[in-house]
Amino acid sequence: MQDLGISILFKGINFQRLMGGLWVTLRLALITIGLSCLFGLLFGVLMLSKKRVAKVFCRVWLEIVRFMPQLVLLYLVYFGFARLFGWDLDGETSAVMVFTFWGTAEMGDLIRGALTSIPLHQTESAAALGLKKGQVYLYVLIPQTLRRYVLIPQTLRRLLPQAINLSTRIIKTTALVKMINVTEVLKVGQQIIGQFYRQPDAAFWVYFVIFLLYFLVCWPFSLLAKQLEKRWA
Amino acid sequence: MADTILRVNGIHKSFDGTGVLRGVSLEIREGEVVVIVGPSGCGKSTLLRCINGLETIDKGEIYLRDEKISGRTKDLHLVRQKIGMVFQSYDLFPHMKVMDNLLLGPTKALGKQKQEMEREALSMLERVGLKEKAHVFPRTLSGGQKQRVALVRAMLMHPEILLLDEITAALDPEMVSEVLNVVIDLARGGMTMAIVTHEMRFAEAVADRVLFLEEGVVLEEGTPEKFFHAPTTERARRFLQSFTYASKRDKAEVQPKNNLED
Amino acid sequence: MDWIFIASHVGDYVGGAWVTLRFGLYGVLCSLALGMLCCLARYFRVPVLRQIAVGYIELARNTPLLVQLFFLYAGLPRVGIRFSAEACAVIGLTFLGGAYMAEAFRSGLEAVDKAQVEAGACIGLTRRQNIRYVIFPQALATAVPALFANVIFLIKETSVFSVLAMMDLMNVADTLRTSGGRTVEVLFMLVAAYLIILLPVSVIATMVERRLRYAGFGDQHSV
Repeated sequence: MQDLGISILFKGINFQRLMGGLWVTLRLALITIGLSCLFGLLFGVLMLSKKRVAKVFCRVWLEIVRFMPQLVLLYLVYFGFARLFGWDLDGETSAVMVFTFWGTAEMGDLIRGALTSIPLHQTESAAALGLKKGQVYLYVLIPQTLRRYVLIPQTLRRLLPQAINLSTRIIKTTALVKMINVTEVLKVGQQIIGQFYRQPDAAFWVYFVIFLLYFLVCWPFSLLAKQLEKRWA
Repeated sequence: MADTILRVNGIHKSFDGTGVLRGVSLEIREGEVVVIVGPSGCGKSTLLRCINGLETIDKGEIYLRDEKISGRTKDLHLVRQKIGMVFQSYDLFPHMKVMDNLLLGPTKALGKQKQEMEREALSMLERVGLKEKAHVFPRTLSGGQKQRVALVRAMLMHPEILLLDEITAALDPEMVSEVLNVVIDLARGGMTMAIVTHEMRFAEAVADRVLFLEEGVVLEEGTPEKFFHAPTTERARRFLQSFTYASKRDKAEVQPKNNLED
Repeated sequence: MDWIFIASHVGDYVGGAWVTLRFGLYGVLCSLALGMLCCLARYFRVPVLRQIAVGYIELARNTPLLVQLFFLYAGLPRVGIRFSAEACAVIGLTFLGGAYMAEAFRSGLEAVDKAQVEAGACIGLTRRQNIRYVIFPQALATAVPALFANVIFLIKETSVFSVLAMMDLMNVADTLRTSGGRTVEVLFMLVAAYLIILLPVSVIATMVERRLRYAGFGDQHSV
């Protein structure tokens, strides 16, 4: 009897190779998420700026990432920048640049939304509370209380589930680096299938497992986001 | 003596083990207006919701004319077609113009002719002073106007009985009287009604009979003259005392009159 | 910029845009249908179907389209299930999009005020009439922005169809790039082509949303 194709995954170090491939995209995603949070904070604050130039700048940036497929952006940087500026970027660097460009705008928009969603009466009721306790509190305590105990947690409650969802999307999207010659999990899968070309259903099992791996990585994040949304709704 | 329209027979209802209604009985005859008062949380809204099946009851029976309507799971909509209900929050359909709000029930639920109903709807709107609002969306109306439309919507079904659940509680004070005047007008026209309200002046003006509900039981029942001026229980006395200020304020506002134009 | 090169290859891009748009549209339409079905299965608590819908939605939302396509196009034929590249494209996009559309419909339904449902019941509508005249119109209006966002998202996602050897915009550009070496022009046209496809979608979305808002749809608060 012939072996099931799935057994090739456990031959030698095949499974480790696959995991190694997955780690390539996950690492890219993690770097991207980190940078996007950092720059997204600046972007979000910039979006709330009163200056027209800043607003238009952010708007255009956001529209670009909303309209252009991430793959097109990847091509622009990976192939285009070499021609235009003579920068010969490798696939992973291009990917981090593109995904951060995208993630920054999306994260920034979420942060803007969370910041503007704080109802005014929150601030007012906090202020009213302070007035009762006297002028000292009004000038000393309230500004700090607002910032530390009212505004930040409120913002986080709204922001966190959305930010987690965006992170899941970033993880899924990093699979695209396959298209700019980065050896990630799909590429490793193809190599394994190539080695075991005698095994007819190898491709089925390899792609099935990759599918499952992505699901197992992304699903917990989705569940977490859903839980937080429910709890903080 | 007029026929009995509604008969509620010792109903019980509890939420999560807490008894909200604990053996409430009530009879309403044709053309009679019964006002149900009591402190908040006494179960008066729940009573109305049980009558038209928005809540299921745990014990007891409810009859509409001689038909048992409690404990029914099939064709509940046929029962509700005969019972009109208006809520505190108006609940007009925001995606439909006023006229479509009014026609939805008669044409879809009752299958009546549209043209005919439209004529009737217009004359009803005129009666409540809102004829020119027939073709606007509800969001452009004031709270008082919305509530008058909601009353017309319920009336166009020609219900056997109308249940009004604190219909002025969400309104700004200056709009309360325009809505209550419509109700007084309906009462004069012989509409059978069960009304839950916190407006004591209005209750006294409109009621044929008053029911005082507390902690899920009927503590007192009688004519408005007797209940408002010589309540027999200590609880009712204390309840009415808490309204002394409010009723002074209301005196100027609710003036029963025939002309309902704005 | 070599305008002559651009002019002589406009035809290729029009062909590619047609493929992108056509299969994008098929995918969007099938997604709407599948999404509606899943949403209905959950809304009416249809046994079995409801659990399947939930499982499917989680699976589709948490895996990349690229991986789904590899499985469909290169994996399944090895166990005897064979689809053409075009079929894979539509199936893949529908698998992904159906889940997103279902979530958009669901959030629309959840946003319908419970009091509205009761108001519908109180004027004697049957459950079916209530759903048809009161609940669904409001749910749909609330869901419109999310549905349009999904349409744009799905059309963008078609860019990975090139792995199915379909001559969509992305593949047209890639082929020209590797053969001619005019990278800048090729990419310039690619960006322009996606803008030409997606801008009208966005404009239509804005128009529809504005109309709905004007009509008072989707604002259920204290109406």
